Amino acid sequence: MSVQTWTYILVGITFALYIGIAIWSRAGSTKEFYVAGGGVSPLANGMATAADWMSAASFISMAGIIAFAGYDGSVYLMGWTGGYVLLALLLAPYLRKFGKFTVPDFIGDRYYSNTARIVAVICALLVSFTYVAGQMRGVGLVFSRFLEVDINTGVIIGMIIVLFYAVLGGMKGITYTQVAQYCVLIFAFMVPAIFISIQMTGNPIPQLGMGSTLNDGSGTFLLEKLDGLSTELGFNEYTNGSKSMTDIFAITLALMVGTAGLPHVIVRFFTVKRVKDARKSAGWALLLIAILYTTAPAVAVFARTNMINTVSDQPYVDMPEWFSTWEKTELIKFDDKNGDGKIQYVADAQVNELTVDRDIMVLANPEIANLPAWVIALVAAGSLAAALSTAAGLLLVISSSISHDLIKKVLKPDISEKGELWAARGAATVAVVIAGYFGIDPPGFVAAVVALAFGLAAASFFPAIVLGIFYKKMNKEGAIAGMVVGILLMLFYMLKFKFGIFDGGKSAVAGLKESWWFGISPEGFGTVAMLVNFAVSIVVMQFTTPPPQNVQDIVEDIRIPSGAGEATGH
Amino acid sequence: MSDKQQKATAYWKENVRYLFILLTIWFAVSYGAGILFKDALDAIQIGGFKLGFWFAQQGSIYVFVILIFVYVRLMNKLDKKYGYDE
Repeated sequence: MSVQTWTYILVGITFALYIGIAIWSRAGSTKEFYVAGGGVSPLANGMATAADWMSAASFISMAGIIAFAGYDGSVYLMGWTGGYVLLALLLAPYLRKFGKFTVPDFIGDRYYSNTARIVAVICALLVSFTYVAGQMRGVGLVFSRFLEVDINTGVIIGMIIVLFYAVLGGMKGITYTQVAQYCVLIFAFMVPAIFISIQMTGNPIPQLGMGSTLNDGSGTFLLEKLDGLSTELGFNEYTNGSKSMTDIFAITLALMVGTAGLPHVIVRFFTVKRVKDARKSAGWALLLIAILYTTAPAVAVFARTNMINTVSDQPYVDMPEWFSTWEKTELIKFDDKNGDGKIQYVADAQVNELTVDRDIMVLANPEIANLPAWVIALVAAGSLAAALSTAAGLLLVISSSISHDLIKKVLKPDISEKGELWAARGAATVAVVIAGYFGIDPPGFVAAVVALAFGLAAASFFPAIVLGIFYKKMNKEGAIAGMVVGILLMLFYMLKFKFGIFDGGKSAVAGLKESWWFGISPEGFGTVAMLVNFAVSIVVMQFTTPPPQNVQDIVEDIRIPSGAGEATGH
Repeated sequence: MSDKQQKATAYWKENVRYLFILLTIWFAVSYGAGILFKDALDAIQIGGFKLGFWFAQQGSIYVFVILIFVYVRLMNKLDKKYGYDE
């Protein structure tokens, strides 16, 4: 059977499964819609969190980015896993004890102020919208390559599926489909990785294969070989990066703190029964995420070595079939500059003849390694699972921010339970349509803004929540000032150094690299903005009135794990 | 201070001490071994891995997972000790 037939079969089966689960787990109350009724087991919640967290970016792009960045790619590996330690130790148990529905709920109640609540809603919307647009784009990409439908049709099919189970089932439907999606995506990621690891090193465990010797009898270590190939072609040694140590440090920290502050991840911990379940489920989530995150760097090494071996200095006419399929999508481009009919793939841009889009490494990897057709189809189904599960989680944050935090808590407090449920469904529908629009017609800034989402979460939510739990005397003036200054500083730095707004536009960006503050790139600046947020909060607090006694009692109470009760919206 | 409050304060102190120890390890394996001392550790090679590179792309992640499960155990014990478990 051909790759395309296999893809139709596997994608069809998985989609039918998701829809079946959605019908089985419809939401009947706002509590089921927002927090799945609050009775999800720690393991199921861990799987749902993992699927929620691992997006099209983790599944499709990350290994590709590492394959081209080598050691520098470590910032994503450490940054996107280390954040869970912060989440488990500093946030999840206490927010679960607090027991409300959303992150703005916590900020609004802990800082006894609707201004704080609204600032939090704006941050949550900004972060979630930028993210969800990227997911829809991922869905479109997979559809267009593997099912050969138009990328726009792909986005629309994806929209309908997500709409169906997110609107119908709310958090309850999303949670159980995410459990299924985790299984699909991890299987789809591991199978080709194991195959390739055996092919290249004889070791079936990719994490070990990465550090083993090559299968060709030469006795050379795979990483040594890749270091050698890279330097030969003029690239950096694979195991040594090109970024400065300060920048690596700052980006890793910004990603970690940003991860811990992402609202769609935090709300997952409202769905379990007890505080101890919240802790345990963070552990499960990270364990399940780590399976993919420790395999990705191995996939990166295999893919990079394979690619260089296949193309470097080989005649263009001898290229295998996958090469021309990807050329059609313009994600691989070959330009025979010296006219010798061979592919020169080197670091020097003047001489280099081949450009490869980083996003295709995972998708093309099974083809490059000549794996059977069903494995290639499996990867397509897996990337769809990754993109859809994350999109659904984000849509829920958007809809609850509007129906619960804005309508119920600020605009119309006397709205009925039923009315709120319908408002939530309406908001989710509108959000899907907007996200779909961004997916079809992505504004040029999407990719850049995703990095901004982490910076924003790091600069706003993380300090406000941590201070709210660990610093009883923190008051609303301090928290609001901190969040506002943190976000504005982050926005300013991004606009200046990522978009070049104050220096004559995009073309000026490269030249501004010299004037980065402390040598920190915009991606890593969330770290600085977060520290500024902490500092501003603490200074402003010294000069304003302390929080009222009842709020200080709330803080005392969330520090004690017993008596968490059920999550409530009132 | 009432008994209840004293108990709550003592519990919180022990909790914060655990957090401090666990986060020190968290910092040491990622920012320490994977970034700040990466070059020094790279002089040591285990199998095909230079040690600093291994910590940055593999080791730190394993330690993160272990840290959370250790935390779960410690806190469950602590909850029992103070009668906060349920």
